[in-house]
Amino acid sequence: MAEALKRADAGSHAAKPVAPDVSSPAAINDNGPVIEHVTLAVSDMHCGACIQSVEGTLAKLPGVVSARANLAARRVSIAHEIDKLSIEDLVGALTKAGHEAAELSATPDAEAAARDGDLLKRLGVAGFAAMNVMLLSVSVWAGAASGDMEDSIQSMFHWLSALIALPAIAYSGQPFFKSAAGALRGGRLNMDVPISLGVLLATAMSLFQTMRGSHQVYFDAAITLLAFLLIGRLLDQQMRTKAAGAAANLLGFRAYFASCVHDDGRVERIAAKNLKPGMRVLTATGERIAADGVVSEGTSDIDDSLLTGETATKTATPGTRVYAGTLNLTGPLVIEATATEEGSLIAEISRLMDAAEQNRGRYMRLADRAARIYAPAVHVLGLSTFAGWLLAGYGWEPALTAAIAVLIITCPCALALAVPAVQVAASSRLFARGIILKAADGLERMSEVDTVVFDKTGTLTTGEPRLSDPTAIPDDVLARAASLASASRHPYSRAIVAEAITRGQSVEPAGNVREVPGCGLSVTTAQGEERLGSADWCGASANASTSSICYRDAQGRVTAFALHDSLREDAAAVVSRLIAGGFAVELLSGDRPQAVAEAARAAGIAAWRGGQRPDQKIERLEELKAAGRRVLMIGDGINDAPALAAAHASMSPASAADISQTTSDAIMQGKMLSGVTDALAVAKAAHKMALQNFGIAIAYNVIFVPLAMAGLVTPLIAAVAMSVSSITVTANAVRLKAMRLELKA
Amino acid sequence: MTSLAWLIPAALLLGGLGLAAFLWSLNARQYDDLEGAAWRALDDEPPPPQTAPRKPQG
Repeated sequence: MAEALKRADAGSHAAKPVAPDVSSPAAINDNGPVIEHVTLAVSDMHCGACIQSVEGTLAKLPGVVSARANLAARRVSIAHEIDKLSIEDLVGALTKAGHEAAELSATPDAEAAARDGDLLKRLGVAGFAAMNVMLLSVSVWAGAASGDMEDSIQSMFHWLSALIALPAIAYSGQPFFKSAAGALRGGRLNMDVPISLGVLLATAMSLFQTMRGSHQVYFDAAITLLAFLLIGRLLDQQMRTKAAGAAANLLGFRAYFASCVHDDGRVERIAAKNLKPGMRVLTATGERIAADGVVSEGTSDIDDSLLTGETATKTATPGTRVYAGTLNLTGPLVIEATATEEGSLIAEISRLMDAAEQNRGRYMRLADRAARIYAPAVHVLGLSTFAGWLLAGYGWEPALTAAIAVLIITCPCALALAVPAVQVAASSRLFARGIILKAADGLERMSEVDTVVFDKTGTLTTGEPRLSDPTAIPDDVLARAASLASASRHPYSRAIVAEAITRGQSVEPAGNVREVPGCGLSVTTAQGEERLGSADWCGASANASTSSICYRDAQGRVTAFALHDSLREDAAAVVSRLIAGGFAVELLSGDRPQAVAEAARAAGIAAWRGGQRPDQKIERLEELKAAGRRVLMIGDGINDAPALAAAHASMSPASAADISQTTSDAIMQGKMLSGVTDALAVAKAAHKMALQNFGIAIAYNVIFVPLAMAGLVTPLIAAVAMSVSSITVTANAVRLKAMRLELKA
Repeated sequence: MTSLAWLIPAALLLGGLGLAAFLWSLNARQYDDLEGAAWRALDDEPPPPQTAPRKPQG
């Protein structure tokens, strides 16, 4: 065990994998080596040169069979010989070449890609059939116009159309038919019901008329309709696949592996999700703790700001309970993993999250809300047209033709095509600004927001402490303190080193620095012992606040370094832009009230609460909700996760805990907070755009539905008019990509 | 009108060829990485020998 601790001390990569976790199946060739396929996320791949560099770096490694980069997905697929290379070797090689790479935690979303491919195939078939049927239809119209087309030729053309259209409709229409059948079985109506009904009725009637040798044949209308609807569905699907892929890439960069110590002292690297209670986990200095547990060996400081929002670190000694996601700062620890205990903070958080998610209820998307009114209206209109024509004494044929025309005219293309088109335009604009939209309805919920609630640590602030009053520290004291501090990974130590470097000092690490976990650093020189650490340990007066450390020189003189968690660079600017836009802004933090007050003042937020437990955060959100407010919650910590789930919409920075990223609707990358204003502005514009598109669609319906009911529109003209309206709303949506945006609640 | 006897099959054949080409390119995963393909066209280096099947699993 002591051996294991020593190895961990040398760095987190010291633990050699004995049997790497193989998430993907390894294929065994009869006579060749064992080949394993892995997919890595490479976040900084942007151009052709990056592709060459990534593929070239990997291809040079012995044991790599093939490496193929995918620029759109920011991933690289590798086939390698399992006994020559481990996944960590591959990641290490890419890191050395200057790329940020990580293994994907989940298996690549093959299912989503397959769904995209399936829709694309159906669209291809529908497009081919629509063009060819149209070719025949145009000939028939031309023949009918000039009047010199023989009936036998016309009949042949109709049969050819049927031959092409019937299999194409049967194949391409399946997504709609299945969805409609599902809805009907459940006793509901959705938009796919009138679509399926219109297409099937038009096809059946056309087939019947073809057999009778009549002129009223509308295969072209049915298949063109399907092609347009499939475009809408494909756009919607692709946007979700892309967002899910990007989110999976991000999660790949988090700690997913733990060094498990076996009874015989062997250390094995295993996936964190495979840890079981009772396993002993070695956590090196600077690593995140992989599982909840009790410290069994070692002493260290723990940064649990991600868990509680508090910036002050805590000391862990054997027997201390530690939680997954917290950061081990000063010494290696061996932790005995335990199951999440009833009554622990983590259990409380997951219970709150479940409750919050149930409480929120399912948000109904704009398109679905419209569909709820639209679908019955379409059926009633179609049916009353049919009944009206029958009652007026016409036969069933003109009655059915008029009814089909109504169904096709009212085909919900604005819902099926325009809203996805707006969402694609909006999410690609956000993507370019480093914002990944995860929830399909996140954009819509965000557009209704009028109140923004921030968490402090790691969200409004960088989560990295800085000296609050650097001018009070003399140069020579800073230089000595920095040379001690350079031996430690503690955030306070790094803050001191950073300050020394900004003053232009060259930091020379002091030799023989001893790190006393829970206390600080000490070094013994010829003049005596120097210490850098907690106020008590350095013998300073007790009134110093917790976020400060002291330096005691060899003569016993003590200098206090006050530290604070500095705001993100653009925090104050973002808050003032939000307030100018009419949003109410609040700060809810689990940190000490004093620190929260300071941050709130610096950011310009008037309403703040400190020392908030996760349940108190939810309580505050419920209060706001009861007051009729729609809240956008922005947080990063595990303690924020319930609040993120409870809020109307939520966002997390990319540095957030896994659970928060998974819960929130959008993730913003980079060090800036401007993603909040970007996302809100785009969401508001997208909402306006969707409403405009509904307006266009309604106007078109108001003009054409009465005409169709009066029998003045043949199903073919209906299909053409429908296509024109679809193209109009799509063109309108594309404007969003380049629009000037303004931020207003 | 006898020209129709070969014109229509010819039109359908050509259209069908287009559809077949599209389905082939889809199955050959040519639409997986549209951005990357644009850059690869500018690459002067000869492509590395592909010893393993091109299709990544999954």
